[in-house]
Amino acid sequence: MRDFFQALVRRKIALAGSGVLLVILFLAIFAPVVATHDPMGLNAVDRLQNPSAKHWFGTDHFGRDIYSRTVYGARMTIISGSGVVIYSIFFGILIGLLSGYFREFGLVAMRLVDVVMSFPPLLLALALIAILGPGLLNVILAVSATYLTHTARIIFGLTLKIKEEVYVEAVRSIGANNRRIILRHILPNLVSPVIVQATFTFAFSLLQIASLDFLGVGVPPQVPSWGNMISEGRIYITRAPGVLLFPGIFIVLTVLAFNLVGDVLRDKLDPRFREHLSEIKR
Amino acid sequence: MLKYMCKRFLSMIPTFILAAVMVFSFMHMMSGDPAAVMLGDSATPEQIQALREAMGFERPIHIQFARWFTGILQGDFGNSIFFHKPVLRIIVERAETSLFIAVLSMALIVVVGVPIGVISAIRYNSLADQTFSGAAMLAASVPTFWLGLNLMLIFAVVLGWLPSSGFPSIYESGNLGDLKYLILPCVTLAAPNSALIIRLTRASMLDVLREGYVTTARAKGLSELNVTLKHVFRNSLISVISVIGFTFVGLASGTVITETVFALPGIGRLVVESVLRRDYPVIQGVILIIAVAYMVINLLIDCCYTFLDPRIRIS
Repeated sequence: MRDFFQALVRRKIALAGSGVLLVILFLAIFAPVVATHDPMGLNAVDRLQNPSAKHWFGTDHFGRDIYSRTVYGARMTIISGSGVVIYSIFFGILIGLLSGYFREFGLVAMRLVDVVMSFPPLLLALALIAILGPGLLNVILAVSATYLTHTARIIFGLTLKIKEEVYVEAVRSIGANNRRIILRHILPNLVSPVIVQATFTFAFSLLQIASLDFLGVGVPPQVPSWGNMISEGRIYITRAPGVLLFPGIFIVLTVLAFNLVGDVLRDKLDPRFREHLSEIKR
Repeated sequence: MLKYMCKRFLSMIPTFILAAVMVFSFMHMMSGDPAAVMLGDSATPEQIQALREAMGFERPIHIQFARWFTGILQGDFGNSIFFHKPVLRIIVERAETSLFIAVLSMALIVVVGVPIGVISAIRYNSLADQTFSGAAMLAASVPTFWLGLNLMLIFAVVLGWLPSSGFPSIYESGNLGDLKYLILPCVTLAAPNSALIIRLTRASMLDVLREGYVTTARAKGLSELNVTLKHVFRNSLISVISVIGFTFVGLASGTVITETVFALPGIGRLVVESVLRRDYPVIQGVILIIAVAYMVINLLIDCCYTFLDPRIRIS
């Protein structure tokens, strides 16, 4: 009975998490319809206002509507987070799979991965942005650099295990070549852990991207991203706390939702890899 | 055991060299002339040429690396383009604040995180366990800068209990009361980073609780406190220590944000300022030093293992 209750609670939490993510996705897609004002529209008269019927979340120091900017911020969040996930998962799988399958390549590549992992993620991203310059694509690349190593580590460990399985031995003995073994027999077994990893990567990368925006090295300041809004509004937090409050709550909710969904997915999708993943999760 | 430690130390050397190669290549990955990029748009051709010569950009790349690397081995990280001072001296000047924050936050994480993890494991599935687990997940989902700004707004601006920013050097003044400047930054830094320790302490305690020797200890009639502290906690400590290296990386990232939020004169803020000023020698120096610190911490952790786990010691 107790187990049933817990399963229900967990499912409810995961459901709530998925709900939040769907809302964020909806806001991102239908931002022009959902927003009440132009997110870039300046209005000197309505500066630093508290929430009202006209401006639901208040206004910032340029008189821009915080609600509309928050809605458009969802769009930036989905775009940048998806960018990091796509980059880091693709290259993470590529490096991890090849390293696990070909030992010599793995020796060199995993050493490099270890070195990259010894750099704190935010510092690495800052250094890469210093070289590449600011802008959305460069931010995505800089943040991916850390997370692709995390994915590569996990995929490397799993590939090593799967490679030794009897069924891989069997297909090799009937003459399957390396490409066939990797693509048809190893890769499909990696799908579940990759989905779990992608969820957590999304959560962590959102925090990272928001931090870079806050530090002023992310996307250009006029672009409505949640990190930018907090960064710009922080001088005025005593006069218009909405600038700090609303984008922050949206970041927390989105990251929390990804973490909750990720936790449940990890339990459901692949209990075998649960320990392995939780070891290397961060 | 000495042999193991020597071997472990020697294995650090190639990693260090690779890290140095990577950090060095950062500067050469940018498109265009690095000297022109560093000096910005307002630089004259003469200034660019002078910097190019000073940095040795005219020489072949392997010679540049050899010079840079031998310099680093002697503690010479080059000169900052903005401050016109040796990078190492700037880092040392800024180290006090960052070290204080890192050490105090780490202490806070361990002092708060470990007991919470232990309680959650002992009271598995209770209301306390679920509350703590929920709080840990929430803490891991809050951006450091947002938490910092909120704490500042509440405790410094509205309530006026604590200073909102800055940190006078305790090393110079000797006034330990100034540590109050670090309370908000340390709490800000510790909260998101304690989540990992809480979850790991809980998980490893739960693993040990299922071991046969714990049942034996209980069957012998030992008190629950005795079983928890001597048999369970001690054995779960090993995996908790393993995560301290990860926590250090988290703290190093978090320091960058915390120091910016609370306007603290530390290494983290130095990095952000250097990125904005394109002061590459400083960025390279800080990143390499932090990477080495991480490697050394992991080395120390591995050495701790050998003390804590007799199985490793014997093998």
